Amino acid sequence: MSVDLEHYLVLGAILFSIGLYLALAKRNLIGVLMGIELMFNAVNLTFVAFSRFVESPNPLDGHVFVVFVITVAAAEAATALAIAVLLYRVRDTIDVDQIDLLKW
Amino acid sequence: MDDTGTVIAFWVLAAITVGAALGVVVVRNLIHAVVFLILSFVSVAGLYITLSADFVAVAQILIYAGAVSVLILFAIVLTPRGDRGNQETFLRLPALLLALLVAFTLGYVAIDTSWTISDREGFQETASVIGESLLDKYVLPFEIASVLLLVAMMGAIVLVRPEGATEETE
Repeated sequence: MSVDLEHYLVLGAILFSIGLYLALAKRNLIGVLMGIELMFNAVNLTFVAFSRFVESPNPLDGHVFVVFVITVAAAEAATALAIAVLLYRVRDTIDVDQIDLLKW
Repeated sequence: MDDTGTVIAFWVLAAITVGAALGVVVVRNLIHAVVFLILSFVSVAGLYITLSADFVAVAQILIYAGAVSVLILFAIVLTPRGDRGNQETFLRLPALLLALLVAFTLGYVAIDTSWTISDREGFQETASVIGESLLDKYVLPFEIASVLLLVAMMGAIVLVRPEGATEETE
């Protein structure tokens, strides 16, 4: 018994779809953001697994990409949570069902 | 990756990761959901170690398990009259169907494709090679990422600044 690339890819697919479900179905805005963070994690896991197993002249480029993804994800989290706090100040709720300013 | 230690570590860490992610879905209290999310982040860092990605594993613990989860907790604490529950909207069933569809499609493609697997050993040390390529081949994205972080920081400060803060500074 051994651990191959496919194990990591299937694990990444499962983690990504759990994050997708959270991002689509959660009522709380912070729950949606947690789902997005889980999806980032799944993608990073897939990058690192490909970088470890697949034939390539520069195998560590996958790790460099993961570093960039982590950077952008941190920036995204900071701005998104600032928007959540601002939205709470304006509407007094972070329930995505009640945030319907664009609906007419 | 045939030795028993790696195999056991993979299955245990995979079970913890998926279990904690499902905990984020199932648990009815938002603070408990964040705790499950941190557990999932830490076990993904363990999976990086089984893939011999030491630098990425440490960065994962520092940034995700440390910084991002503290940011999420701050956002929960800063919205005191908001809902603390973790319920689903009316989109629950379509979202479940779409998530299952994505999982099956990605999993099928991952298993069905014949990847060109190399037989090289795990990396010895990754930090020095990553650092060299960040300042050599990827120096332009590196600089753009630093500008992006600066803009995100300034944007977050400007967005959550209290009303009328500009007048007080004069």
